[in-house]
Amino acid sequence: MTVRVRHGWPYLAGAVSAAAWVGPYAWMVATSFKTLPEIVAHPAALLPEHLDLRAYREVFAAMPVARYMAVTIGMAAAIATAQVALALPAGYALAKLRFTGRRFAFGTVLACLLVPAQATFVPVFLMFARLRLVDTMTALVLPFAASAFGTFLVRQSLMSVPDEIIEAARMDGAGEWTIVYRILAPMLRPTLVSLFLVSFVFHYSDYFWPLVMTTGDAVRTLPLGVALLREQGTGVRWHIVMAGNVVLSAPVLALFAVAQRQLLRAVRG
Amino acid sequence: MRPRSRWHPWTMLAPTLALLFVFFLFPIGVAAFESAFSWDLLTPPRYVGVANYRALAAHGELLRIALRTLGYSGLVVVGTMSLGLAMALLVNRRARFFALVRASIFSAYVVSWVAVALLWMGLFDRGGRSLLGDPRWALPALAFVGVWKLAGYAMILFLAGLQAVPPSLLEAAALDGAGAWQRFRHVTLPLLMPTAGFVATTTLVTSFQAFDVVRIMTQGGPGRATELFVYAIYEQVFLDLSVGRASALTVVFFAMLLGLSALQLRAWRARGPAAQ
Repeated sequence: MTVRVRHGWPYLAGAVSAAAWVGPYAWMVATSFKTLPEIVAHPAALLPEHLDLRAYREVFAAMPVARYMAVTIGMAAAIATAQVALALPAGYALAKLRFTGRRFAFGTVLACLLVPAQATFVPVFLMFARLRLVDTMTALVLPFAASAFGTFLVRQSLMSVPDEIIEAARMDGAGEWTIVYRILAPMLRPTLVSLFLVSFVFHYSDYFWPLVMTTGDAVRTLPLGVALLREQGTGVRWHIVMAGNVVLSAPVLALFAVAQRQLLRAVRG
Repeated sequence: MRPRSRWHPWTMLAPTLALLFVFFLFPIGVAAFESAFSWDLLTPPRYVGVANYRALAAHGELLRIALRTLGYSGLVVVGTMSLGLAMALLVNRRARFFALVRASIFSAYVVSWVAVALLWMGLFDRGGRSLLGDPRWALPALAFVGVWKLAGYAMILFLAGLQAVPPSLLEAAALDGAGAWQRFRHVTLPLLMPTAGFVATTTLVTSFQAFDVVRIMTQGGPGRATELFVYAIYEQVFLDLSVGRASALTVVFFAMLLGLSALQLRAWRARGPAAQ
């Protein structure tokens, strides 16, 4: 008996911990299927009386979910693609080519690692306002098209690729761009996939930049739309907010379920 | 290796360097410049010297924002580290069940801050009354949400650190008669220090930039109990239309962040070899 208790406690503690994280999601999903009278009567109930889809219908009526989703995915995909495409040649130049100014160029990239968007948004907003680019896709994508972190990551991975591979490719007559995109890119596949996924998930979820760079509905993203559901509704219309929350989180959680390994790789560094 | 032509390296670097310069380095300079002007976006800017900084420092406003933000970050760092380490020790087991526990804890790190903030706002709500409306508990409540979100990140890093502890060391300590606690205290913990430094500083820098939880859950209130740095900048420029004040706040914010990042760089270097 004592033996069983000794070996059982990690399972018990594990179950409690998992519940502390899964429980809130479960409440979110359950609440999204409730009705307003139910929420008022039993706010904490983990199971709705029956599956009521009215909250979802209200979410779809209150905002153009499909358009917000398309804008958000388009923005995140554009940023992630640009970051990978630009980090490859830049990382190659920093890791493999000897030229005067290399230390300066690498130093610039490293310095940018220390500057978050939270410290640049005021001047960048004023700049875009002057160019009449507020409320455009350009204002959402362009500032993140190049990634200091991505460039650094690609440079680090390329350091371990032997020079002989590049020399052999040059002997075979391959141009520099062919070497970067056709020969080195496939070799760095795991790194590039991680970089793309992390960047995509980050910008899909980002609230701060779309909030400060938009004033209207033209390129509103899904996180903003969902947050607005709360601001527009007064009182305790949590079923509608949680339905919006489910719509916002489901794609990311699905991606996490499929690509957990790649996302974890990027976090471990 | 020698580039094929002198221009190759620079054409390959040009887009990246240009974008990074325009959107990250140049704006810092612009903020420093604008902080010497009074500008409401409508009438022409007027040179005021250090008046913006002086106005912010008057009545201790700036100091309060800085201390409040550091207080929030401190709570988040301590909470995230202790919970992350505890969870890492718990799930560092082979059974599939623990892989599931691991995934559920880490999932909060992947989900957006918006979703997490709204979710906990709903959970804190007790028929219109909430912890978030209490000036004493609002900031700790936000920190709690930050810990819930970031604990998975700390857990993953601590887990990698735990798995890098050589089993032979633990076995040798056990042969010498060290109990489980002594093995943890004298073998595992010292070897985890570089990881701990890395987790502490990255969490510190991240939480110092917190904005989403404030904007969504409290808008800086009640009173100014949860007005953190980035939210204060946001308020100055978008609600008060005071570009000069916002720029001055930005400069102070960035200077403090650089100080914290200096700690971070030291921790990165310490972890460097272990991470590879």
